[in-house]
Amino acid sequence: MLTKKVKNRILFLFFIFLISLAAIIFVLKSLNKNILYFSTPTEIKQREDIPTGKAMRVGGMVKENSIIINKKNIQFIVTDFQNEILINYSGTVPNLFAEGKGVVAEGRLKDKTFFIADRILAKHDEKYMPPEIKKILENNAK
Amino acid sequence: MLSNLGSILVFLILGLSLLIIYNAFLDIKNNNQTIKKNIYNLSLFQITFTIMSFFTLLAGFIFSDFSIINVYENSHTTKPLFYKVAGSWGNHEGSLLLWINILVLFSYLFLIFNHKHNKKFRLYTLIFQNFLILGFVIFLILNSNPFSSIFPVPLEGMGLNPILQDPALAIHPPLLYIGFVGCSIYFSAAIASILSEYNGKQFALAIKSWVYISWTFQTLGIIVGSIWAYYELGWGGFWFWDPVENASLLPWFAITALMHSVMVLEKRNTLYEWVIILCLLTFILSVTGTFLVRSGILNSVHTFANDPSRGLYILLFLSLMIFTSVIIFFKERKKESYDFNLNSKETFILTNNWFMIFFLATVLIGTLYPIFLDVLTNAKISVGPPFYNIVIIPLVIPLLFLMTLGPQFGWINSKKERLYKTLYVLVGAITINLFIFYFFENYGFYVNLILITATFLVLHSVLDAKKSFKSKKKFEFSRIISHLGFGLLVFFIGVNHQHSVEIDFNLKTGQKKKLDNYEIYFENVSIEQNKNYKSVIGRFEIIELKNKNIQYLSPEIRIYTNPETLTYEAAIKTRINSDLYLTMSNVSRSDFYNIKFQNKPLMIWVWISAFIIALGGLIQFIQKKNEN
Repeated sequence: MLTKKVKNRILFLFFIFLISLAAIIFVLKSLNKNILYFSTPTEIKQREDIPTGKAMRVGGMVKENSIIINKKNIQFIVTDFQNEILINYSGTVPNLFAEGKGVVAEGRLKDKTFFIADRILAKHDEKYMPPEIKKILENNAK
Repeated sequence: MLSNLGSILVFLILGLSLLIIYNAFLDIKNNNQTIKKNIYNLSLFQITFTIMSFFTLLAGFIFSDFSIINVYENSHTTKPLFYKVAGSWGNHEGSLLLWINILVLFSYLFLIFNHKHNKKFRLYTLIFQNFLILGFVIFLILNSNPFSSIFPVPLEGMGLNPILQDPALAIHPPLLYIGFVGCSIYFSAAIASILSEYNGKQFALAIKSWVYISWTFQTLGIIVGSIWAYYELGWGGFWFWDPVENASLLPWFAITALMHSVMVLEKRNTLYEWVIILCLLTFILSVTGTFLVRSGILNSVHTFANDPSRGLYILLFLSLMIFTSVIIFFKERKKESYDFNLNSKETFILTNNWFMIFFLATVLIGTLYPIFLDVLTNAKISVGPPFYNIVIIPLVIPLLFLMTLGPQFGWINSKKERLYKTLYVLVGAITINLFIFYFFENYGFYVNLILITATFLVLHSVLDAKKSFKSKKKFEFSRIISHLGFGLLVFFIGVNHQHSVEIDFNLKTGQKKKLDNYEIYFENVSIEQNKNYKSVIGRFEIIELKNKNIQYLSPEIRIYTNPETLTYEAAIKTRINSDLYLTMSNVSRSDFYNIKFQNKPLMIWVWISAFIIALGGLIQFIQKKNEN
């Protein structure tokens, strides 16, 4: 027969186990709901099922002479030098956003060629290029 | 010249480290209780040379000696003196030298300030600390020497990134480094404690002050960093859940847990193993953070110019550190029995630790998950702020509640009568929340709970402070201050989040924009020439429609010449009740300026309460120093 002390301890450990399990499930569930996939214009074009309405990131270079600004919003074209996507954004752009520079936009796809951004990501370094874009450029160069 | 001097000094530090380790090993075998004089002397030389090497680099920056690559890459003759100085630690190589300076400084201070403690323990601490110094000095020499020279000598430097030319960011690295690298001393002390069997209460007494001081600096460093992000990045937020920020938060959770449980070890002489684990974990996480940030493995919106070979070295060193400490820990550990009552202070402190570890695990998973997924499936992802908000914010509610309740309990066991007062305070907090709810807009259930628990903590801390003044029980005071600060912080962030206004629009000069409560008139732009940049200054008139109050804001677009960069400087009008925040940019060739207007209520109070948290740590440190 188990003594009361041992029983209590088993109960306690079981309790801890349950709580940890619940916590882990909770964390992983929220994680899966809140990850943002990064795609390039080419990847978006090639994909069959475009996830419209789901938050994601698109990255590439801002095409030269493509920025159009009007009363309400800013439009520009992001290119990976193979395919392009039009990005519509209302808000202020971060430091170091410019034509010919790398950019990452966060938002939703309207269709395969049109993306509505809620956030344009800032970079601290003028020489900086998002690693994904660097990779794309390297691949394209091959 | 300076380049040679610097390199010689670095090699001297390396040599002295080896000598100290050798002499300390010899001295451990002697059975007397005093440490040999020559170890003190060697340490004194080591700290002198280390500080000299740093001043050598500083001199290079101040006198613009472009024969040093590091100066050439990060400085410029037209840069203001203050940023020449700050430039010395604003880059990877220089900051590594600063890192070594702090390692050596803490090593020396620990040696001279711990006379009362066991000799073997002190020597082992010195040995392990010098192993750490050795590791980083070798890294400096092999991979990131700030004194590398360049020939032919360039006439002009490349300049410091303009975004880094900012007072907050100039002091941010030293603060954070004292906090992070300061942890190294109780990493070494923890291993020393296991090896010399100098454990329990004595160990707690030996490391306590070091924990408080490094906690204070870490907290300050994080605050200053987020203040910088607030006004420099032009986004108006102060916490982005960006991987780099998370990297600084990870050790903070561990050290906060440590700060609490070290008290249990001191008062009750239990939890020794757990304290050791936390000591090891805090520094390991600090180095992990450095590795993640410097290697470029994380996809962050903040960047350091990075280089994979750096990452590889730090990773190797990190693995060695973890491996050694884990082996020593498991080989030498002794069984400990725990016997806690549910209604005792120590149980609540343990609960605090659970929360901290949960937060730590959450942030760690969120930060590392993208790396794992990239390696496993090649999918590029990032974890958005909603993840952290969903997981962490609900837990802040019980955390605040327990933070109020815990300190009311005594050590070992306590009576229930003391809790009646707490119940009244809870009722008071709920009433206050109802008033806020009634007089301002209504808000969601979550926010209600957060405001109630935050008010609960604040009210109770104020009452405790009153009591502590009367009874002159000073020990409690620092705890009350920090807890008060945390309660206020959550409260102000809650209100701020709930009532912030943010509007983006595009405007030409001379145009007006009418919003719900404001009217914004873009008067004109003017151009001004400064020492190392040209700025386009916009003048805006903000009319608050409710009380016809007029404010002027002048955001800037700065065009730096060295290196050529555009930055947008936000115009912020800080007032007691709210901040007005306006940024302006112009990206295309059109006449439209891109404007972001924000009203952030109680912003200044968010900063003040964060500083109050850090103040608590400082008070604790000063009290401990006076006791000794």
